[in-house]
Amino acid sequence: MTPLLQVRDIAKFYGGRVGCTNVSFDLYPGEVLGIVGESGSGKSTLLNCLAGHLAPDQGEVLFDTRADGQRDTVTMSEPERRMLGRTDWAFVHQHARDGLRMGVSAGGNVGERLMAVGARNYGDIRTQALDWLERVEIAGDRIDDRPSAFSGGMQQRLQIARNLVTGPRLVFMDEPTGGLDVSVQARLLDLLRGLVRDMGLSAIIVTHDLAVVRLLADRLMVMKSGHVVEQGLTDQVLDDPQHGYTQLLVSSVLQV
Amino acid sequence: MSDYNFAYLDEQTKRMIRRAILKGLAVPGYQVPFASREMPMPYGWGTGGVQVSAAVLCPEDTMKVIDQGADDTTNAVSIRKFFEKTAEVATTEATDEADVIQTRHRIPEQDLREDQILVYQVPIPEPLRFLEPSEVETRKMHALEEYGLMHVKLYEDIARNGAIATSYAYPVKVEGRYVMDPSPIPKFDNPKLEMAAVQLFGAGREQRIYALPPYTQVVSLDFEDHPFDPSKADHPCGLCGSEDSYLDEVIMDDSGSRMFVCSDTDYCQSRRAAGHVGHQGVPFEEVSA
Amino acid sequence: MIEIRNLEKSFILHNQGAAVIPVMAGAHLDVAAGECVALTGASGAGKSTLMRMIYGNYLANGGSIKVGDVDVARAEPREILTLRREVLGYVSQFLRVVPRVPTLTVVAEPLLALGTPVDEAEARAKDLLAQLNIPERLWSLSPTTFSGGEQQRVNIARGFAHRYPALLLDEPTASLDAKNREVVLSLIEDAKAGGAAIIGIFHDEAARDRVCDRVVDVTGFTPVRAA
Repeated sequence: MTPLLQVRDIAKFYGGRVGCTNVSFDLYPGEVLGIVGESGSGKSTLLNCLAGHLAPDQGEVLFDTRADGQRDTVTMSEPERRMLGRTDWAFVHQHARDGLRMGVSAGGNVGERLMAVGARNYGDIRTQALDWLERVEIAGDRIDDRPSAFSGGMQQRLQIARNLVTGPRLVFMDEPTGGLDVSVQARLLDLLRGLVRDMGLSAIIVTHDLAVVRLLADRLMVMKSGHVVEQGLTDQVLDDPQHGYTQLLVSSVLQV
Repeated sequence: MSDYNFAYLDEQTKRMIRRAILKGLAVPGYQVPFASREMPMPYGWGTGGVQVSAAVLCPEDTMKVIDQGADDTTNAVSIRKFFEKTAEVATTEATDEADVIQTRHRIPEQDLREDQILVYQVPIPEPLRFLEPSEVETRKMHALEEYGLMHVKLYEDIARNGAIATSYAYPVKVEGRYVMDPSPIPKFDNPKLEMAAVQLFGAGREQRIYALPPYTQVVSLDFEDHPFDPSKADHPCGLCGSEDSYLDEVIMDDSGSRMFVCSDTDYCQSRRAAGHVGHQGVPFEEVSA
Repeated sequence: MIEIRNLEKSFILHNQGAAVIPVMAGAHLDVAAGECVALTGASGAGKSTLMRMIYGNYLANGGSIKVGDVDVARAEPREILTLRREVLGYVSQFLRVVPRVPTLTVVAEPLLALGTPVDEAEARAKDLLAQLNIPERLWSLSPTTFSGGEQQRVNIARGFAHRYPALLLDEPTASLDAKNREVVLSLIEDAKAGGAAIIGIFHDEAARDRVCDRVVDVTGFTPVRAA
């Protein structure tokens, strides 16, 4: 099986400071990779390098495209990369308002990616938008409301619907459950798990919440000061951490 | 001899503007940045159109200026006077006789010819602006032909109003490439954008010039199940009886009686001169007598 | 089916003066298909550690753990995930699930992950839940709110949903009443008859004697600790 994403020796520097360095991994179809680490550990920098929002200073990000097989997304042209960004890739921001158009109705938000790839039938677009609102548990009669009238959890679910409507194969998530209260988090986690399984999605999830990765991620990467200090099966890394930093991280979690 | 350089602007500035116009004609629908000058009138009064007109006028040209189709409104009168004074060109109200027509918010009813130039005054040239505030991003969207957002605007219209409610400044796609704001003309005029004359668009405050060469393909954006509809008020003109011209609604008295009249005053007048009389009009000879 | 050679394990506590705690050395174990082996030894002797190492939950420091043709001690995470999905089941003492997910889905999930059609997976789940005496009115609720015994039974149903060729059981009959204990034991016997290789920890000696073919004392795998 070909990996969906092959990351080779990615590095990003901010002047003399290390954003992230020496990062390599493979992600296979259907796999969910968690990236954990404290604030400033380079996990968001890495995610942005992978998703094409930041240009890495070094390394390759090989994506198995539908049309041409493996392509390095770092060196591909910007139009191609942006096209990937609205077809095969999706990016779920921590703050829903960064990923939504707050002045556009829920239906318009979901429909935008469809229209961006050429959908020109209002009725079809609306039917698909309704279907997706239902899948993320937003009542159909809210389709013409603006996201500013939604709760935080609903906004986040709308953002997910907006991203997944074009059937992407790889989803990048930056702290998708951050800032939500726990009951809303659980609902979102359940939703994400179901979508990942049903759509066969691969996902890369950046978070500092170890409970979230235990439930969502198959594999885990632990970052500290821009370096990957440990990676492996999620439950193995959490239950039998090998690196001192991971041990500290795991033992620092408050038990409920 | 006027104390002004011909048509107010200095020669270098006019050359700069002509270069922008040529680039605009070469890339139809593309917004060409230009170094817009301060003009002796406020922004919003047609500074962009005036600069474009100044750059294309020749001393032997005859000029016509209309505002919402009318030759006799303040904006039209003052711009016409401006060119009478600074360029000493002949002016006219007859569409037929004009070489250069500067317009705000209308396309004349009468078909234009290949030897005519229509200059539009444009307030906001960027059709994507209301949905995407970043200029860097909208330019990138034009460059990469990412126009999904334009349909989001129309989608929102239908979701909210049951139909595409955008009735002016209705977005168009030029030669299958650039999405363009046709300036705030009524959507009724959109089909006329495919014409024989050269069309130039000037936005003074926003410092952009764009253009449509003659016979350029201009398609109004729409959905398959909500096709573009260049509708207008369903009345004949009260003065000349025209069934197919764009109409202004005029309130006649305090009790709310209304009258619909052609917004294109020259068109209306020509029809009346030719003997057409609307149901609220009087024969032309009686007025001019 | 399961073949363990020279297995070694120690914990290094980096944040406590890099203390090294050896917990296992020279472990050997073979379990054939259709065979059930019980691990015994005093508390802390390393029974659970061994089970977790076989499951890939703990990392081995040396030796090999072959389950089918996969050496868990050296396999890529991806290979272990496939192994867990298709070959190797694990019934732990604790239920760990996403809150809010209905019990029926929790139990059907291992089958859904294998691509089994939803109706088929749910039919199997319903059958197991009924066998284990979980009242039908609870099936649509999340097991997180259930009693300890009920959670344990949901866990067992989930572990037996797919007929794994190899199965690890950690105290499967603890906290169960006689009736349910009997159900679990017959599930184990069925699995054995179906050719599954089973390793278990049973404190319940009667249960151990009934289902297990052999007993292995892990005390023999415990390294001599520096006094």
